[in-house]
Order: sequence, then structure tokens, then C-alpha cells
Amino acid sequence: MPQTTNEYLLILPFLVLSAGIIVSLCVELFFRKGKELLPYLSIALFLIVAYLSVGQIYEKNVLFGGMLITGGIPAIFNLLFAAAGVLVMLNSIGFLKKYGFYHGEFYLLTQLSVLGMMLMAGSGDLVTVFLGLELMSIPFYVLVGMNRKKVSANEAAMKYFLLGAFATGFIVYGIALIYGIMGNTSLIDLTENFYIYSENIIFITGFILILIGFSFKIAAFPFHMWVPDVYQGAATNVTGLMSTMGKSAAFSVIFILLTAVFMNDAGSKLGNYFAVIATLSMLYGSIVALSQNNLKRMLAYSSISHAGYMAIGLAAGNKAALAGIMFYLAAYTFMNLGAFGIISIIEGEEDKQTDLNSYAGLAKRFPFLAGMMALIMFALAGIPPMAGFFGKYYVFISAIQSNMTWLALVGILSSVISVYFYLRVVVYMYFKEPGEEISVKSDYSAYAAVIFAGILILSLGLFPDTFLSVIEYIISV
Amino acid sequence: MIDLIHFTIIIPLVGFLINGLLGRKIKNEKVIGAIGSGAVGIAFIIALGALFQLLSLPESERSQVVTLFNWFSVGNLEINFAYLVDPLSITMALIVTGVGFLIHVYSIGYMHGDKGFWRFFTYMNLFIFAMMNLILGDNFVVLFLGWEGVGLCSYLLIGFWYDRKFEKGTVAQAAKKAFIVNRIGDFGFLLGMFLIYLTFDSLNFTEVFSKAASGAVPEATFTLIALFLFIGATGKSAQIPLYVWLPDAMAGPTPVSALIHAATMVTAGVYMVARTSIIFASAPAIMTVVVIVGILTAFFAATIGLVQNDIKKVLAYSTVSQLGYMFVACGVGAFSAGIFHVMTHAFFKALLFLGAGSVIHGMHEEQNIQNYGGLKKHMPVTYLTFIIAAFAISGFPGLSGFFSKDEILWYSYSNFSLGLWIIAALTAVMTAFYMFRLVSLTFFGEERFDHHKVHPHESPKVMTVPLMVLAFLSVFGGYIGVPELFSGEGGNKFHHWLEPVFAAANGRLAENAEHSHFEEILLMALSVSAAIIAMWFAWKIFTTNKELAEKTSNKFKGLYNILFNKYFVDEFYEKAVISPINKFSEGFLWKIADVRLIDGFVNGTAGLIDNISGTIKRLQNGIAQFYAVIMMTGIAIILFWIIFSL
Repeated sequence: MPQTTNEYLLILPFLVLSAGIIVSLCVELFFRKGKELLPYLSIALFLIVAYLSVGQIYEKNVLFGGMLITGGIPAIFNLLFAAAGVLVMLNSIGFLKKYGFYHGEFYLLTQLSVLGMMLMAGSGDLVTVFLGLELMSIPFYVLVGMNRKKVSANEAAMKYFLLGAFATGFIVYGIALIYGIMGNTSLIDLTENFYIYSENIIFITGFILILIGFSFKIAAFPFHMWVPDVYQGAATNVTGLMSTMGKSAAFSVIFILLTAVFMNDAGSKLGNYFAVIATLSMLYGSIVALSQNNLKRMLAYSSISHAGYMAIGLAAGNKAALAGIMFYLAAYTFMNLGAFGIISIIEGEEDKQTDLNSYAGLAKRFPFLAGMMALIMFALAGIPPMAGFFGKYYVFISAIQSNMTWLALVGILSSVISVYFYLRVVVYMYFKEPGEEISVKSDYSAYAAVIFAGILILSLGLFPDTFLSVIEYIISV
Repeated sequence: MIDLIHFTIIIPLVGFLINGLLGRKIKNEKVIGAIGSGAVGIAFIIALGALFQLLSLPESERSQVVTLFNWFSVGNLEINFAYLVDPLSITMALIVTGVGFLIHVYSIGYMHGDKGFWRFFTYMNLFIFAMMNLILGDNFVVLFLGWEGVGLCSYLLIGFWYDRKFEKGTVAQAAKKAFIVNRIGDFGFLLGMFLIYLTFDSLNFTEVFSKAASGAVPEATFTLIALFLFIGATGKSAQIPLYVWLPDAMAGPTPVSALIHAATMVTAGVYMVARTSIIFASAPAIMTVVVIVGILTAFFAATIGLVQNDIKKVLAYSTVSQLGYMFVACGVGAFSAGIFHVMTHAFFKALLFLGAGSVIHGMHEEQNIQNYGGLKKHMPVTYLTFIIAAFAISGFPGLSGFFSKDEILWYSYSNFSLGLWIIAALTAVMTAFYMFRLVSLTFFGEERFDHHKVHPHESPKVMTVPLMVLAFLSVFGGYIGVPELFSGEGGNKFHHWLEPVFAAANGRLAENAEHSHFEEILLMALSVSAAIIAMWFAWKIFTTNKELAEKTSNKFKGLYNILFNKYFVDEFYEKAVISPINKFSEGFLWKIADVRLIDGFVNGTAGLIDNISGTIKRLQNGIAQFYAVIMMTGIAIILFWIIFSL
């Protein structure tokens, strides 16, 4: 396998991040004030990764004998991970002190998980997929339980680990079955000959098992059971990280697996699988979210229903759907990071002030935070001209193009239901009298993260075509 | 400068944002006023630069599109945020920013000490922003954005003093009336837009107009589109039957009346008809409708203006009447004459309103002209500028109004009929009469106000200087459009300048018979001398012989009452439209359809979903083993299903 220096230049984003992880580890270990530096180091790392990925966006390369792919769609994902990473970091600086866990490991683990996500998005082989998946998931398990003195965090971590391991087991089993049929684990072979292989029942079984594993990661019904408990139990900034970047990474793998389906605009028998998953996730998420009073838990159910909307695109299985889901993922990432950012600012110690009552009359006390929260809630509910609307719109359109109008209708119905619980937050903030006094420390870096998220939500919503046409162009290359 | 044209839109938006977000904190009136006026002033300078650049280009290139970004594209429909710079749009842009700037400066004085000072300038800049979008947009959607935007600003500014009383109701009611009546028109406009998209598969001006010009569309379609667009225009430009909101719009501060309800926004309908001239020219039936609606509005509004006593009401009906003229011009195919009148009217009507504002200001908010009199010596600058404007609107030879109004009168004869000319000329005579009734009751004769309570005084410089500038424009603004009668073949520069915009429409309209210069001079002499006699007559009666006026009005008491009560149109609308709708809404729509049917259904559904939600919530019992069982069940079902369906 000839390896040129050129290949090493192309994986520079990975190399820089890996080197940064080692440096971070040393800084944490050898400098007493190291952990004060780490967030800024992480932000710098993510910005470099973003910069390098932007440079690669228009040139697609297959590296290391087909193990890794850079440029094109993976580069867009890297950019998304890096941007979201910066927001999470900004959000965490002040939050970790308040949360009672103030160690450098948080930053290290986040960097590791981002590296894993980048590997997933760029994988050209099932082995790389698995490597990336574990590199992402294991830091997640630790991050969820990072405050070991807290019972709820421990419980969440344990549940997440058990069920996550369960799901990973299915993925490995699926890979084994596919290897048995194909005689190799190359995703390039898999996508090129997908329609030949898919005649084989063993192959399809393996393929479905892998999809099920990733359905777990995107939190789709009926593999969603871990979501509410884990999202609520984990530290708010970790919830933000998992619910957005983790979900995006899982989607990136599903995209790779379904490349053949998307590129031929052909749809497949798997369309039914995703249609059912989408319907159940949307309705289940929206309906159960109605009766939640804890904001983090409500957003967990909302995350399930958003996975459902995006699965509509998977069911549609055409190029428009691929671009639509990527737009949706970007919109969803910034909406959720903004929402969790605000929750983390308002949240007191020991998970207090995360229920709706703490938000009563917020507009009078913190007009800025209330305004941003209202913006984000409108965006999540899919009200134009915010980003969330166009995400849903593109996905629904792709379903209609694939003659799945009924699925788009279910999506619209579910959106209608969801408006109720999103707007309830706004009603509490603006129309209820403030209850007992809540204490909120001002945290400028977290404010900055919320503002950035708000700007991105608005710009995605105001110039949707600009973003979509870039994505569509890259897909077509 | 053409490439910078979008800054004429962005800068007022920035002014709006600064004053809107920070105005309450800035507090300093001078700073707020400077930001508000400055934004419009800069926009004017940019527009002026664009004008000179356009003039330096050959005629064929005088239509340029500046695209900012792609707004959205759905299927075949692609909408850009793009601005069209051509002679028509740049003319309108100069009127809006130029007159707008003067009125902004004037407002610094007029609004001095008002608790909503910052709010006023915020809305005014937002208005300029919306109006510029309306004028410069290169497609129907951007135009519509501006169209709705100015409607909103008009509502906000009419209701600016929302806590005050106005006539029988409140200011807020007047604002609501304006908004709702406009909505009726907007609905027509929207239908027109849909139909245009259906017919031409595009909403872009260049594309729609070139497809319309190339034929292949049946006349019936054009008729329908033009009808809907014209309904939109009657709403915004206060024509029969939707004119009723404009007199009530006088509840707003006077600079608002000058800017929005005289000089700019109300001419949006005329602009839109001129912009879509090719569509109207292709629908001769609707052209006739435009003429008839225009002339009826002009005539009846003028008759109402004869007897009103509120200084702003007189001017409001005069505006309605002048707008009628503009539509007459468009209807007879003289689009550039219509736009010319838009321009000169902007000068002298803004001046009249600002002058009225100056009088109201000096008279401590008194608006009834029966309580004025002899103000000439108290406010000399206001008097002088006001009377110049009165001469201009009455069509006194040599002033701006003379050129534009005479042009319309001439075309109404040469392109249409003698009958139309007679009504139009009669309206001009009435205009001269009520304007000089207003002038003499206000500035001449004995002082009828209470000297102990009211001490009339001249307004500060910041208000009188804009008056002087507008007076200058009212006098000389007409000389860019001197009719060919005086300036020779091709001598009408304004006409020539706008010609490329209306070339397609003019090509489609039937050629009219040639008329001799003698006819033109004869008709002009007739109308002008009649108007001058009316002016002299009005001045004479109301200055020296007020009893004669009273006697006459007593003699024709019935007619006087009808006119004074504005033909009871408002009362008719109340009985025939508003009250039935109210009754139906309350009795059926609210109490039965909404409360019983819709609420019942909605609440029932919501209750049902809430119950479901509460039930399945219990599945989440917190036991990890149970979660794994659910997962496992799901996997088993899916695998069986997929494998057996293969």
C-alpha cells in the first residue's frame, strides 16, 4: 500500500486534533493552572480543524487504500462538529465550575469524541466506522457520569453504557454478517454493488442490524428509551454535546451506508423501515413531550421527534433528502446547543431550576435570555423565518418527491402537536408572573455561545437557499 | 453609485434599528433626530449619484438590476432580493428620500418634547425602508414586501398618539380603519400576483413584462390581472370605493400626513400601475375603469373639500382628489404625466401639510379654520410658503402644478373625450376655490381666535427652512417637464426621460388622432382663467364678505349637509358592510362556529392527546432491563418484518 506524504497532508485535520489531544493531556497533567487554559486550547483546535476542513470541502479524496475519505460530505460534517464544538466549549467554561466538576478531563474527552465523530463521517470501511464509533461513545459514557458524586449522573451513565453496549453489539454482529457475504469490509465495495448484495437475505439482515445500531445513536423509536433518562441525568453541556454532535455523527454513517440509495434517487425496501421509524419517533416524541415539565426532559423527547423528521428524509432516499437532512442537522445542532446553553445558564446547582416554573416571568428578569429562548423555541417549532422551518420543509418536500406524501402529512401533524410544548415555554416566560426568586450568575462566554447559536439559526433561516445550494453542489461533485 | 443603490434601503434600516433599540436610552432629541434625518439624507445623496450615473449612460442601458442575494426558490419560482434601477424607480426614489429628508428635518422641530420622540423617528425610518423596497424592488414579491411594510408603518404612525381622542372615536380606531381598508386592497393585489405567476410563470418584472409585451396571452387574462392590481391600487392610493381611510389618517402627527398620506405612500398605487403599464395597456376595459374611478374620485373628493372646516381634512380630501388625477392620467395612457404629477404633487402637498402643521403648532393644536384668521402677520414664512403651494396646486401659470395638471387635462381630452376634460377642469376650478377658501380663512380677514388663550407665533428655523426648500421646488420643480407646446418637439425632458420605461405600453395603446396646438392653447386658457377666477372669488368672499358664504350655505342647506357629511359614505359602509359583518361574526362565527364547533373539536383533540401522553409516559419507568426488552422487541419485529417481506 503506497503511502505518499500527500495523504498525510490530507488527514491534517485528524493529525492536528490528535496532537492537540496529547498536548491537552500534558497540559492537564503538568501545569497546575492547565485546566484554565484547556477550553481556549480546545477552541483553537476546533477552529483549526474547521479552517482545514473548509479548505478540503471541494476536493474529495480516498485515502489509505479506501479506509478514509476526506473532503466533500465528510468535510461538511467536520465543519459542523468543529463549530458545534466551539459552542459547547464556550458554554462549558462557566458551567463546569457551577456544576461541581471542574477538571481538565472534560475537555480532553470532548476532543476525543470529536475525533471519533470525524472518523465516522470520513470512514470508507466498516472497521473505520467501528473505530470512530467507539472513540466517540466511550468518552460519552464517561462524560455523562463525570460528576461521580451525583447519583442521577451515575445512573444515567450506567444506563447509557449498558444500552449503548447492547446497540454496539448489534452493529458488530451486522458487520460480521456483511463480511461473511462480501468477503471484505469495504464501504466502497458495499455502496458500488449495493443492489446486487441486497438480494442476499444474510446481507440485508446484517445491514439492518447496523442500521438498528445507529438508530439507537440517533435516538429513534423504539431505540430511544435511554434518551430521556440520560439527557436529564447528564450535565447540561454534555447533553448538548450528545444530542447534537452525537446524532449528527450517527447520521453521517447512515448517509455513507445508504449512498447507493441516495445517489440513484431509487429508494429501496429499506424505505419502509425508515418510514415506520420516522412516524413512530415523530409522534411518540411530540406526544410525550406534551406532559413534561422539566425542560431538559422535554428537549429529550423533542430530540426523539426531530430524529423522526430527519428519518423522513432517509425514507424518501433521494438527493434532495440527503441535502435536506444535512441542512436539518445543522439547524437542529445550533437550535439545541442554543437551548441547552440557555438552560445551563439558568440552571442552578444540583439540577435546580430546570423545570418550567423556573422560567415563569423570565422575560421581566432576563429579557435577553428570554428573547433568545423564545427565538430558539420558535425555531424548534419550525416557524419561519427560523432555521427549523426550512429544515422540515426540505425534508417534507423530498418525501413528496418520493411519493410519500402521507409521511410528510404525519410530519406536519406532529409539528402541530409540537408547537404546543415549545410555545408553552414562551408563554411561561412572557405571560406568567415570576415565581420564587431564582439566582443566575452572569456567564459571558456562555452568553457568547447563545448569541452565536442565535445568529446561525437566523442566518440559516434567512438565507436557506445559499446554504442548501452549497450542500447540493458538494453532493453532486 | 448604481451598485450602491441597496444602501438607500439599508441605511434607513440601520437608522431604524439604532433609534428603535437604543432610542429610549439616547434620550437626546438632537441625536435621535440627526440619526433619523441623516439616514434619509445619505440615502438621498446615493440616489442622486445613481441618477447622474444613469443620465450618463446611453438610453438603452438605463435599466440595471442590482442583485443582493437569492431570497428563496421553490420549484420554478426564484425570488431574488434584487433592486431595479431605471428612470421610473430612481425618480420615485429621489422624491421619497428628498421630500422624506425635508420632512424628517421638519419633524425634529414639530415633535419636539413629545414623549415618543424616538419612537416617531424609528417608525419614520422604517417607513422609508419599506417604501424604498416598494419602489426599487425588481420583482413583485419585493414590491409586495414594501407594500405591506408601508401599510404597517402607516398604521403605526396614524396611531402614534394612540391614547388620544379623534373625532367620534379614538386615534387607535382611525389607525385600525386605515389598516383594514388597506387589507382589502392588498387582497386584490395578492390575487393579481398569483394570477401573474400562473400566467407568466415568473414574478420578475423584466421577465413578466417582456412576456406580456410579446403577446400570446388572451386579453381576458390581462383584464383580470389588471383589475386585481387596480383593486390593490385603490386601497393604497385612496380611490373610490376604498378612499375612506385617508381622511381618518389625519389622526396621525402632521409630518406623517405630509410624508405618508400625501407625498409618498399614497402614490404607491400610481407607481404600481405605471410600473405594470404594459399589463394595463393590454387591458383596455380596465384602462377605462381606471379613468372612471379616477375622475369620480377627483370630482367627489373636491366637492367634499369645499365645505370642510378642519385644515387637515381639507388637505386630505384635496390629496384624494389629486390622486384621482394621477389615475386619470394613467388610465388615458399618459403614464409619464401621471408620474410627473406624483412628483409636483409631492412638493406642493408636502409643503401644504407642513405649512398646516406649522399653523397648528403656532395655534396650540387648534385645527378648525373657522377659528383662525389674520395669521399673515404672525407667521410670515409659513404664510408665504403656504400661499405659494396654494398657487401651485391651483395650477397658476408658471408654477409646478400648472405644468403637471395641464398635461393631464390635455391628455384627458386628446386621448379620451371632451366630457372627461370638462369634469377634470371643473375639479381644477373647485380645487382652486377650496384652496383659497382655506388660505383666506387662515391667513386673511379678522382674527377669530381668543387672544387671551392663543398667541400665534412663527415656528422655529428647523421647521421653516424645509418649508422654504419645498416652496422653491413647488415653484421651479415643474420646469423639467415643460409641455412641448412651449418647448418645441421633444422638449419635454421629463417625458423623454421616462419614455423607455413606458415604450412597450405606448406601443400597445392605440394611436390617438392628431390635435392642433390651437386646441391645446384654447383649453389651457379656459381652464386656467376659470381657476384664477375661482381663486379670486374664494379669496374675496372669505376675506371680506363671509356673510355671503353663510347665506349661500343656508340657502342650499341640503346640499351643504350632504357635502359636509361626506355623502354619508362612512355611515353607509357602517350600515351596509361593517355592522352586518359584526353581527354575523358575533352571532354565528364566534358563538356557534368558534366556541361550539372549533373550540370543542380542538379542546377535545388536545384532551385526547394529553391523555395518551400521560399514559405512554409511564412506559419510561427508569428500569434499564425493561428498556433493553423494548429494544429487543423492536429489533425482532423489524427483522421479521423486513426478512419476510423480501
